[in-house]
Amino acid sequence: MSQIDLARLQFAMTSIYHFLFVPVTIGLGFLTALLQTGWHRSGRADLLQLTRFFGTLLVINIAVGVVTGLVQEFQFGMDWSAYSRTVGDVFGAPLAMEGLAAFFLESTFLGLWLFGWDRLPPRVHLATIWLVAVGGALSAAFIMAANSWMQHPVGYTVDQATGRPQLDDVWKLFTNPVFLRGYLHVILASLVTGSVVMLAVSAWQLRKGSSPLAFHAAARLALVVLVPVILAAMLVGSELGVTEGKYQPMKIAGAEAQWDTCQPCSFSLFQISGGKNDMTPTQIIAIPHLLSLLATNHWNGKVLGLNAVQAQYEQQYGPGSYIPNIFIQYWSMRVMAYLAVVVLLVGLWGLWLLWRKRLSAAHRFHRVAVWTAVLPFLMNTAGWLLTENGRQPWIVQGIQLTRNGVSPSVSTATVATSLVVFFLLYAALAVVALVLITRYARKQLAPPPAEDTPVPALTY
Amino acid sequence: MALATFWFIVTATLWTGFFVLEGFDLGVGMLHTFVARDEAGRRAAINTIGPLWDGNEVWLIVAAAAMFAAFPSWYATMFSGFYPVLILLLVGLIVRGVSFEFRGKVDSTRWVRTWDVLLTVGSLLVPLLIGIALGGLLHGVPIDQSQEFTGDIADLFSGYAVFTGITLVLLCLLHGATFITLRTTGAVQDRALALARRIAPPTILAVLAFQPWTHSVAGGGVLPDVLELVAVLAVLAAGWLLAGRHEGWAFVATTVVIATTVLSFFADLYPRLMVSSTDSAFDLTVHNSASGGYALKVMSVVAIVFFPLVLAYQGWTYHVFRLRVSAEQFDVPDRGSG
Repeated sequence: MSQIDLARLQFAMTSIYHFLFVPVTIGLGFLTALLQTGWHRSGRADLLQLTRFFGTLLVINIAVGVVTGLVQEFQFGMDWSAYSRTVGDVFGAPLAMEGLAAFFLESTFLGLWLFGWDRLPPRVHLATIWLVAVGGALSAAFIMAANSWMQHPVGYTVDQATGRPQLDDVWKLFTNPVFLRGYLHVILASLVTGSVVMLAVSAWQLRKGSSPLAFHAAARLALVVLVPVILAAMLVGSELGVTEGKYQPMKIAGAEAQWDTCQPCSFSLFQISGGKNDMTPTQIIAIPHLLSLLATNHWNGKVLGLNAVQAQYEQQYGPGSYIPNIFIQYWSMRVMAYLAVVVLLVGLWGLWLLWRKRLSAAHRFHRVAVWTAVLPFLMNTAGWLLTENGRQPWIVQGIQLTRNGVSPSVSTATVATSLVVFFLLYAALAVVALVLITRYARKQLAPPPAEDTPVPALTY
Repeated sequence: MALATFWFIVTATLWTGFFVLEGFDLGVGMLHTFVARDEAGRRAAINTIGPLWDGNEVWLIVAAAAMFAAFPSWYATMFSGFYPVLILLLVGLIVRGVSFEFRGKVDSTRWVRTWDVLLTVGSLLVPLLIGIALGGLLHGVPIDQSQEFTGDIADLFSGYAVFTGITLVLLCLLHGATFITLRTTGAVQDRALALARRIAPPTILAVLAFQPWTHSVAGGGVLPDVLELVAVLAVLAAGWLLAGRHEGWAFVATTVVIATTVLSFFADLYPRLMVSSTDSAFDLTVHNSASGGYALKVMSVVAIVFFPLVLAYQGWTYHVFRLRVSAEQFDVPDRGSG
């Protein structure tokens, strides 16, 4: 493997890993804030117990999310110095803003929330968990603005002397149509992840029969959030597809393995083979018009085939292949979308049980709900594979090729060593985090503090 | 170009803020097993920084992001050139970061002791490696005319760079020991004070050597400038104040030492960002590595709006958690749900 393959592998591994934790932080952050708000308003002790129970899961998750985020920030310079040098003028700004405006907020108020239970007035303490949640969501906004610029560069001019893009309209970074839809999609996906995790933990607890009233309340909150949010995530995701289809036609054509231009275009549920250069995969169950609808919002919309876009790009950018890995593209899209349907069905099942007042005793549902916890993580990963793989071979669409972004001064051996180091470290971290999260998710609720005594801080 | 200089000052300030604030967190991380004889004492030491360390570490993240945004070439050359140092730094930051959260989560002595070791080692690696990286900026590494690092791993560990790392480790140890003395009671406080007094002499010697060395590496001769003189006086004052058990004033003194040491380092570096040992014509400077005027202007507005806000709420956090922490608070086995 070459330096570039290893650097890409390292970036993929560390990003996917980081993004296992990020959506839980954002989603569970808001849900924990909702639980604490419920306690604040009603004074119900079980809501306080739940706040602290899920808050503990939240902070274990945040700990890993924060440290793996450091790797992301350093990696641009370490492995992708040519990229950083070229686009830092534009790409660096949202990262610096993220730190100043969002990450300080999230980290400082997390400390205040954890250790401030017995120090702060209840209303102020409630505000701290909301600021943690808002800080996390805001942080994602800046990162998504930076990433959306890589998908669809806007708000820049190319400096004549250096040939590098220079920021000339920061507002365009935050009104980038890819950003607006992509960010909303990420926030909704995070809420899906958080609520599925909360549902799964509550279902496990309900099955064991511990604190049934409290965990019924938590499961209800999770379900009430989950169903509208996953529907919205699917709708926004489909809109995002249309937007990306406009700016990154390869991404969308690749997601259907559509080699020839079509109008109207059908969507295949499955296909057999269809690897990198296989232009005639066997499509199973093609649904007429669906691809047209998904990619263009029109019943008879035209979707440019990979070959047509390739010819156009060769004319525009010179010879070379501009086609991403079609296998990853085709299947990541389907894994994401199909699993979303499964999660939606589980959510609807749960809502129905809730309506029939049978949620507490529905053991089959509990068992299914526990295992549903795995799905959002697969969906999130597939979604990022779809987005990032679909941009290839570009690191910034139309501006720089991935192979030109890699660090010239770093040797293959160095990248290989660091890949091994991170793989081992992350594997160990995954085991520890998983053991801790499952252990704490299966604990019984801690008894509520006696009346008239302050709620103790969550100390180390 | 005035804005580029402004962003150099911002970057220097962020690094200074990081070492002033996270400096004592790192010191506490290195010392938490040495200031206590039992688990209650160790927990008291760790909980002095419990609510603070995470917010303090953001100073590092923002410092790196500011370099990326304001001086993309600096960030690109330094981070790719110092690759092996930064990998180790990340490992240190990762194991240290999770050990706070993980160490108390399982009721087993072996588990807790394992994370204690990782917390200690991680907290040692961070200032050591950042020091080696910063020292390398001023000492110089091979850089060619296209601003690419052309050296090998040995170029990263020059005597001056390693000594910068050692000096920062000692400063963090002194700062941390003084902080524990200031923020705890009883036996933990006594042991922290005793440790601070033992750490003071080597730290004084290191600072006395570091200031003139820095000044001469920077090409300014061995006579220190005003900031460096303040650093020397403050470290002497810290030693004297600790001997007299004035931990509050001693903490002020260690804060001043760290702040002036880091600031004077950057003052000596200016207007260079990264010295090329190949040819001084290839030095990365504030002028040849900065982002365009528009990007710097936008970020200046953001910094001017948010920086005071950050200082206000971080300051308030310190006010909320101003009470001393005692080991007796941690003797009870009940830990809430956490």
